[in-house]
Amino acid sequence: MNQDLFKFLLRWADNSLIHGQRLAQWCGHGPALEEDIALTNTALDYIGQATNLYKYAAQIEGQGRDEDQIAFLRDEWEYYNLVLLEQPNGDYAFTMARQFLFATWYHLVLNEMMQSQDAFLSGFAEKSAKELKYHVVHARDWMLRMGDGTEESHSRIQKAVDEVWAYLPEMFEMDELDQRMLQQGIGVDLKKIQTQWRSQIEAVLTEATLRIPADGWGHTGGKNGKHSEHLGYILAEMQYLQRTYPGAKW
Amino acid sequence: MVINEQPNTDRIWEWMKEVEDPEIPVLNVIDLGVVRKIGYEGETLVVTITPTYSGCPAMKTIEKDIAEVLEEYGVNNYRIETVLSPAWTTDWMSDEGKLKLHQVGIAPPVGHSADKSLLMGKIRTVRCPICGSEDTQMVSQFGSTACKALYKCENCLEPFDHFKCI
Repeated sequence: MNQDLFKFLLRWADNSLIHGQRLAQWCGHGPALEEDIALTNTALDYIGQATNLYKYAAQIEGQGRDEDQIAFLRDEWEYYNLVLLEQPNGDYAFTMARQFLFATWYHLVLNEMMQSQDAFLSGFAEKSAKELKYHVVHARDWMLRMGDGTEESHSRIQKAVDEVWAYLPEMFEMDELDQRMLQQGIGVDLKKIQTQWRSQIEAVLTEATLRIPADGWGHTGGKNGKHSEHLGYILAEMQYLQRTYPGAKW
Repeated sequence: MVINEQPNTDRIWEWMKEVEDPEIPVLNVIDLGVVRKIGYEGETLVVTITPTYSGCPAMKTIEKDIAEVLEEYGVNNYRIETVLSPAWTTDWMSDEGKLKLHQVGIAPPVGHSADKSLLMGKIRTVRCPICGSEDTQMVSQFGSTACKALYKCENCLEPFDHFKCI
């Protein structure tokens, strides 16, 4: 098995799954019906993307596991998503600030991934980028509405951006695995994306009359299985049925 | 009914029109552009499909329905394959499909998917499928299914779905 590729795929798949699970938590709790529908639609895109990646990862692993076994039977330290994505939803401002800053980055990642030498990944990226475009537009609208809105909405979204900020450096980390994947023409140069991402989000934050936080210390570790306390709770809920009734079928 | 010789793929394309989209049953999978390829690999018939959206919950049902139609026509040696690339686009929707959408009150996709204006914050004019007015407004980018956005008509005041152009 290509261990590098397997872990590389899981990083992207786990990002999608965990982010999708968090967004899906808004189901029935959205601030308006349209938003409830928007976030669940968005969650569905991410969960679908995760399924596609897990299927391919299972094929690369070649151990006869399927996408569901990979999702439902791994523990926290075998999950490689960004620490940002497992954080609780907070208020709508936090959810949207995270969604905007993450989706803008992921959209750029996918645009780069379309050039991957791995035929599956380039096809996956082409497909998913179309969906991300809608996520970015939706989140950007909310940044403008909240930032350039009332005193309360402004202060809440500013606080959310400040909080999310400390989780962002992990998005641009290039560890040895990322380097090897890049050298093989499979991976993505995350450093290259950083400048583009920065200019895109700065333009929106400025238009939304928001202050751009100072860069500093960042939370990290998720890409190598070191997580905050919150991931365990998500997995406990998500995996409950398969853990309690192993092999249960729908 | 059992057919011993391999049915011609042109006939199978016709049969596929019997498979409805479970979420928008007025459309069949050919109207929708979800069936990409039909061909034989030796004795095995291979039907290649592609999802509209990555998380489209209708795909499993579509796969099952395709299998049912094939078996009804006596085809038992088949495989249904899902591919992601090239990514599905509303450009593949048949004109007949667009007309059918319009007739059931869903505004069909407008323009061409290569148009990048959405990212620039521009919204295309979508005609109200009920009164035909162009005085419409988008309520939400996301609607009752992954492929639709929610609109309202400022003229007849009816809300309606718009099949997004992607």
